[in-house]
Amino acid sequence: MGQIELKQVTKSFGTTQVIPPLDLIIQDGEFTVFVGPSGCGKSTLLRLIAGLEDITTGHIEIDGKGATDVVPAKRGLAMVFQSYALYPHMSVRKNIAFPLRMAKLDKAEITKRVEGAASVLNLTDYLDRRPGQLSGGQRQRVAIGRAIVREPAAFLFDEPLSNLDAALRVGMRLEISELHKRLETTMVYVTHDQVEAMTMADKIVVLNAGVIEQEGTPLELYRSPRNTFVAGFIGSPKMNLITGPEAEKQNAHTIGVRPEHIDVVESGGQWQGTVGVAEHLGSDTFFHIHNTGLAEMLTVRAIGDVSLRHGDAIHLNPRAAEIHRFDAQGLRIS
Amino acid sequence: MARNVTTQRKIITTAAAWTIGLIIFFPIYWTILTSFKTEAQAINDPPLFFAFNWTLENYAIVQERSDYMKFLWNSVVIAGGSTILGTLIAIPAAWSMAFVPSVRTKDILLWMLSTKMLPAVGVLYPISLVFVQFNLLDTRGGLMVVLMLINLPIIVWMLYSYFKEIPGEILEAARMDGATLKEEILYVLTPMAIPGIASTLLLNFILAWNEAFWTLNLTATNAAPLTAFIASYSSPEGLFFAKLSAASTMAIAPILILGWLSQKQLVRGLTFGAVK
Repeated sequence: MGQIELKQVTKSFGTTQVIPPLDLIIQDGEFTVFVGPSGCGKSTLLRLIAGLEDITTGHIEIDGKGATDVVPAKRGLAMVFQSYALYPHMSVRKNIAFPLRMAKLDKAEITKRVEGAASVLNLTDYLDRRPGQLSGGQRQRVAIGRAIVREPAAFLFDEPLSNLDAALRVGMRLEISELHKRLETTMVYVTHDQVEAMTMADKIVVLNAGVIEQEGTPLELYRSPRNTFVAGFIGSPKMNLITGPEAEKQNAHTIGVRPEHIDVVESGGQWQGTVGVAEHLGSDTFFHIHNTGLAEMLTVRAIGDVSLRHGDAIHLNPRAAEIHRFDAQGLRIS
Repeated sequence: MARNVTTQRKIITTAAAWTIGLIIFFPIYWTILTSFKTEAQAINDPPLFFAFNWTLENYAIVQERSDYMKFLWNSVVIAGGSTILGTLIAIPAAWSMAFVPSVRTKDILLWMLSTKMLPAVGVLYPISLVFVQFNLLDTRGGLMVVLMLINLPIIVWMLYSYFKEIPGEILEAARMDGATLKEEILYVLTPMAIPGIASTLLLNFILAWNEAFWTLNLTATNAAPLTAFIASYSSPEGLFFAKLSAASTMAIAPILILGWLSQKQLVRGLTFGAVK
């Protein structure tokens, strides 16, 4: 069991309020991702749940029990840190065993659980090494191992993949997702990378300046972003946001079209421009288009390798059904 | 670009280093040398640097006249006790300043250090009164506390700078893993800071061992450490340079050997934070 509920939680550092009153329910077994730009309060929110920071006002409940004044050790949560935070003076075995030792489990049980976790995470051959002798990916696995042996009510991940290189990150992303499928334990995951959020989450919570801009499944956020912030944040490359006469034609202050929802046509397109940078990925081509009169730059994704080059004229047709409309406050018009 | 180090330059710097080293070492050399001379040779003019008849009689006389082992034991107990006591107080103090600093932490650290600038004689009278009041004069316990107090700022400072180097996330991980504050300090912080704690202990032990103002003023016979042992040979009885040197050599030998064996630790401790 691991339902986490935040009720009117606030956090201030001195006179600066970083989290205004916030309500959030994380369901048992759910993989929830907090995503947002740096400084949006996502890590602070995770640390409030962990108990590493005290909340200023409000309540936190874990499995229906008040946890506001409970010390981190007693909340039954496990955390994986960005820097791995392994104990450098202990072997991998002792690192993984540490929470069990603190819980005063007997030796046989500790050995059994440590070896179980090690085999799940492919760490069996490294049990007697020190963290300093491991690669980044192995260290991160040790950190995860240390978290899973405790069988916590929920896992908290604080940007766990940011220190890894790109290839390893994709691999670890999959491993964490698989771990979630197998354990079915609540996971709360903080990242600034919306691709991680989209690929891993059951539920994404988009944060901006300590405020929840929107929460929902990845596709809900992708399909109907509640405001221009979420629209611009979710999706890669970013959604094109267009203001001015073109938006007014659609009775909106701002319209948004995703790069994948604009078709490149031979001639007679609704919009025209010149190709700036063309990024040829083979499977797709991303065009950065200038001189459209709509926005400073439009990004368009074409399927396959389209042979338009820098300086070429380009004709575009946005798909009418995929245009998002926003009012002057940036809120979605449905 | 790598600096161009010419041979000439190397010779000059090496020579300069040796000169400075020898000048610093000279008084110790002279003391040890004199301890093997007769009293007449010790005050010979011109001074005798090498050619004299080596003798151990000074050591024999010193041994006969005073109980060296008693002074040595007192030194060990006082220096060791004050070091252990100081560490027990300084580790939690440095922990809180390094990991849960308040807005005033820097001020407190500076204020603590400023007490080291106070001339010891300035508080001689009040401390003597306290000692008289609580029957602490000439007790090892009393001296332990005083030496611990005068060295505490340095211990806290050194430990603080070590602890600062330890990432806070590791301690947070320990907290998440269910460690209590005691377990966090015992199993995680202390083992990680062992090199720092060791060199702090060592330095503090040496400082306490060499401390002469309080040990001379607050002891008579029972708790007198080696500093008092040396002082007892520079008495109004007259000038006994050779015996004084023998006593001094015996007093500094243990700490000199300790320092020699642990110089790597000490250098690391003293330059910590400066070189990364």
